Amino acid sequence: MRFALRAVLLLLALACSSAQAQLSIEITGGGANQIPIGVLRFAGEQALPQNISDIVEADLQRSGRFRMLFAGSVDPLPTEMAQVNFDDWKNRGGDALVIGSVVRLADGRYEARFRLLDIPRQTQIAGVAFTLTAQQVRATAHRIADMVYEKLTGDRGVFSTRIAYVVKQGSRYELQIADADGVGAQTALASREPIISPSWSPDGTRLAYVSFENKKPVVYVHSLVSGRRQVVANFKGSNSAPAWSVDGQQLAVVLSKDGGSQIYLIGADGSNPRRITQSSAINTEPFFAPDGQSIYFTSDRGGSPQIYRMGVTGGDATRITFTGNYNVSPRITPDGKTLIFIARENGRFQLKSLDLASGQAQALTDGQHDESPSIAPNGKMILYATQMSNRGSLAAVSIDGRVKQRLSVQAADVREPAWGPLFNN
Amino acid sequence: MKKLLALAAALALLAGCASTPMPESKAGVEDRTATGSAPVEQGSSAATPVAPQAEQQANPLKDPKNILSKRSIFYEYDKYEVRDEYKPLLQAHANYLSQHPGDKLLIQGNCDERGSREYNIALGQKRADGVKKILELMGVKDSQIESVSLGEEKPRCTEQTEECYAQDRRSDLLYPGEY
Repeated sequence: MRFALRAVLLLLALACSSAQAQLSIEITGGGANQIPIGVLRFAGEQALPQNISDIVEADLQRSGRFRMLFAGSVDPLPTEMAQVNFDDWKNRGGDALVIGSVVRLADGRYEARFRLLDIPRQTQIAGVAFTLTAQQVRATAHRIADMVYEKLTGDRGVFSTRIAYVVKQGSRYELQIADADGVGAQTALASREPIISPSWSPDGTRLAYVSFENKKPVVYVHSLVSGRRQVVANFKGSNSAPAWSVDGQQLAVVLSKDGGSQIYLIGADGSNPRRITQSSAINTEPFFAPDGQSIYFTSDRGGSPQIYRMGVTGGDATRITFTGNYNVSPRITPDGKTLIFIARENGRFQLKSLDLASGQAQALTDGQHDESPSIAPNGKMILYATQMSNRGSLAAVSIDGRVKQRLSVQAADVREPAWGPLFNN
Repeated sequence: MKKLLALAAALALLAGCASTPMPESKAGVEDRTATGSAPVEQGSSAATPVAPQAEQQANPLKDPKNILSKRSIFYEYDKYEVRDEYKPLLQAHANYLSQHPGDKLLIQGNCDERGSREYNIALGQKRADGVKKILELMGVKDSQIESVSLGEEKPRCTEQTEECYAQDRRSDLLYPGEY
């Protein structure tokens, strides 16, 4: 036991070392009503270690909401609206065009300007200049893609967000964090025992998770700023299923210390645990509704695992799912309107959505072992764990089920995805 | 695992002991050099410190002929009821724990890989809690037992077959030093 702890600490010391295995993303389905857009090379961007336009184009394409027009070898590259041949782009069916330029500044940094143009109207929709270092190329490109996405779809872009997930290679488990496009993976924690249920604090600075390094499930909160972590729940029995409250002050956790799996609220520092479920049945997988007023959870109090909702201080629960005999892992979209969950049907575990107002359900995936859904902070994509040829991989599906992506790491099992929050900038 | 290896090593050395007459009779030609027997003597003395652990006949928990060496209770899919066939096994452990009030027991509940990881933690907990409750009804003190769940995270068998899954749906009874 002590040896295991020391091993974990040692591995912790290596945290933030870059992970070699990188997530690669493959798009396996297209969306409806894709917006035709051209992304031209930014004049002068070859001075940067990576082309901004390549990253912008890849981001937009991956979202499934755009149809990329072949930009070809436009020469000379337009950097101002007046230099754009609008008739040509109109003839090619384009709705929007991204152009830009990069210049090196006297202090060694760069200035990147971009413009988003409306082709039919021949107007500028957006235009922004960024000052960046060579290390900030990807971050800048993701922000440009976010702006383009938001202007053209009306939804927030999530290209600047991060995702957390667990990689299992042999008997080694790593909690990794990467950009939403799978690039730049860093290891936050490595252990010889399982790590599950990572959950982002609302401000994106901390991850709560369950680690088995003490030979039983214990809940930790891990600061991504300091790399330090703290035990939040290590009571007699099992401690699991952490979910952040909307204000980031508390966690809902599942403890078995008083018999059975019960939901408690506990301070994010581990203080003041208060039990909020009383039924003798299983109560687990708490998830706060975005308005912070209620908690969705899984319980078998009716004889089979189903999803329920109760007030944040407990009390009577309302049953939400009725079809089928295994509905688990509730998550709610940021607008509070849609429940995303895992349903078992004919032995297959699949991702489903349920419109909470109409009660209408839709199957979003057709896998065999889909689990652990995590909704993008703009509510448009859902990241989840699936299996491909007996190996764990991540996949994403749009909220309407049409756009599909697969994220995999070579020669490793990937599971337990958690999509990080948006940063307001 | 490490202890098992140590035990295996000790047993191997003891086995070496038993075969001492052979090298000696061989070495009878050059009795004085005794190169053959010396390592064996060293080996047997090296085995001495671990001998208390190796005295399996004295430890009913490790004696394969004793029911106390049986430690796993298996379940049906999605179920947590302990089948009657396991009652004698649990009665034996209850008696042992009552006779050894200083001893503690860890019950680890496990599930097969199907379904939600967190729900499986809860299901494994329900399995382990069920075993704990039976032992308490048989007279074991609550303070002697901790029931925890490993969910689907530590499968004994990793193929996606029903035979394999059946081995993964279980509660394990573990005494100090065994986990």
